[in-house]
Amino acid sequence: MVALAYLVSAICFVLSLGGLASPSSARRGNTLGIAGMAVAVVATVYLAFSTGSASKESLTAAAISLIAGGAIGAVLAKRVAMTAMPELVAILHSFVGIAAAFVGIAGFLAHPPGELDGARIVHLIECYLGVIIGSLTFTGSLVAFGKLKELIKSKALVFPMRHGLNLALALGTVAVGAWFVTGQGAIALYVGAALFGVLGVLLVMGIGGADMPVVVSMLNSYSGWAASATGFLLGNDLLIIVGALVGSSGAILSYIMCKAMNRSFVSVILGGFGAEVGGPDDRAEAFAAKGVNRAGPADVAELMLGARSVIMVPGYGMAVAQAQHNVRELTELLQKKGINVRFAIHPVAGRLPGHMNVLLAEANVPYPIVFEMDEINSEMPDTDVVLVLGANDIVNPDALENPKSPLAGMPVLEVWRAQTVVAIKRSLNPGFAGIDNPLYYKDNTLMLFGDARKMVEALVSAVKGGGGH
Amino acid sequence: MEAFIQHLTVFVLACFVGYQVVWKVTPALHTPLMSVTNAISGIIVVGAMVSLSPELTSVQTILGCIAIFVASINVAGGFLVTQRMLSMFRRK
Repeated sequence: MVALAYLVSAICFVLSLGGLASPSSARRGNTLGIAGMAVAVVATVYLAFSTGSASKESLTAAAISLIAGGAIGAVLAKRVAMTAMPELVAILHSFVGIAAAFVGIAGFLAHPPGELDGARIVHLIECYLGVIIGSLTFTGSLVAFGKLKELIKSKALVFPMRHGLNLALALGTVAVGAWFVTGQGAIALYVGAALFGVLGVLLVMGIGGADMPVVVSMLNSYSGWAASATGFLLGNDLLIIVGALVGSSGAILSYIMCKAMNRSFVSVILGGFGAEVGGPDDRAEAFAAKGVNRAGPADVAELMLGARSVIMVPGYGMAVAQAQHNVRELTELLQKKGINVRFAIHPVAGRLPGHMNVLLAEANVPYPIVFEMDEINSEMPDTDVVLVLGANDIVNPDALENPKSPLAGMPVLEVWRAQTVVAIKRSLNPGFAGIDNPLYYKDNTLMLFGDARKMVEALVSAVKGGGGH
Repeated sequence: MEAFIQHLTVFVLACFVGYQVVWKVTPALHTPLMSVTNAISGIIVVGAMVSLSPELTSVQTILGCIAIFVASINVAGGFLVTQRMLSMFRRK
């Protein structure tokens, strides 16, 4: 009976992920996910009660824990700002990690040391893997949370012999694992968890802020593998299945993010990117001599009103300035004048995969006018005006044109192919890793200096004023 | 060992299913994908429940209850925030 319930639950979870193939089916998918979880919990309470593995007292304590945790989760979900989603996701990963580690330890303690036959060895290895992966997920996610919340400096922490130390920790964890399996002592389990936990801290500390989308995806994946490992040790197929679903989801997201930055997964994990500030750009003088084309809000508004098609390119700067709602207002005004307005989203815009889409959706921008990079890049040459809002590296022509650039080979939004590019920016200071952006010095680029929100507000009132078009 | 192979079979097949399903997810919904996987990885509550022992003050029960507590934050937080995000996606 319980196995059947678990099957139903697993199917619900697969369908809940499948629903995300399109916004129209996604909500139904989420409801199925909730149903799957409810079925699984009820079936497990029945299992624990009927086999006598838990008593009324321990199940009551479990129910209280469940309700308390659920209440906290509900409050978090209700209160979190959409700009803070990366932090929420990171802290939730850490919870899965610590839960998996505790379940692993409990699973080990439940079976007293016995004869070391094949089955026992497999069980011990499963315990060990569950606990150490859980531990690494926990500590790594806490550091990621700290970096995203800016409690810790987001720059990559680099120190001599970093890779050597990390390797030593990894090998040490393997050695302690051998000690654990042969000696069957709890101490070895805790030592292994501690070593791998320290490794989790160092790994994430070594990765710079620009790579955070990859780190969060990677920890998403680890939280899945940790759940799977506990499924192995408990002999629970539902945990194995769900862990595998989550693990492969995180792995695919990591892959997509790496691809979007033209980085290998290994180079991201080894970290250090964004720590070494590149030497001064030898074109700096030429750029300074050439200067940029400055424009005011009135010029830009006039330009936009004369356009047939406009593409908006939002970056995290738009979210920091909280300009989404003003951008939507501007979009509606231009649409009313018959101008075709679309949004172009780079896969690593924002701090989480898909972050920009959520921020735009929150500001009531309808999703059919929001396009992915691959869908819209070919439209750039037929576009009259591109408005770059707080984005930098993802619109850098160096990625295609300068093989020496740290960004070389990264797919970018080719905004400079449009008739005119307008970039809203606070100053000419380069973005992450001190990479200069020649886009700002192109002949068809206009610079609108100022805070993104104030500038878009100014554009809105200028467009309203110039309504005679 | 046989049990292990059986679990491994389930694991590998589930990875394939995950691979197929997740590649079909539209990039626009990658953030809800992460939050919903947050929620469903809260399935670890099931693992925590089966590792409870009948005694209230045993180490297993205490560890299990802590695990249930944090995993429930995931379940409720993950599903509700996903719902909140998805309700924002509008055609018009």
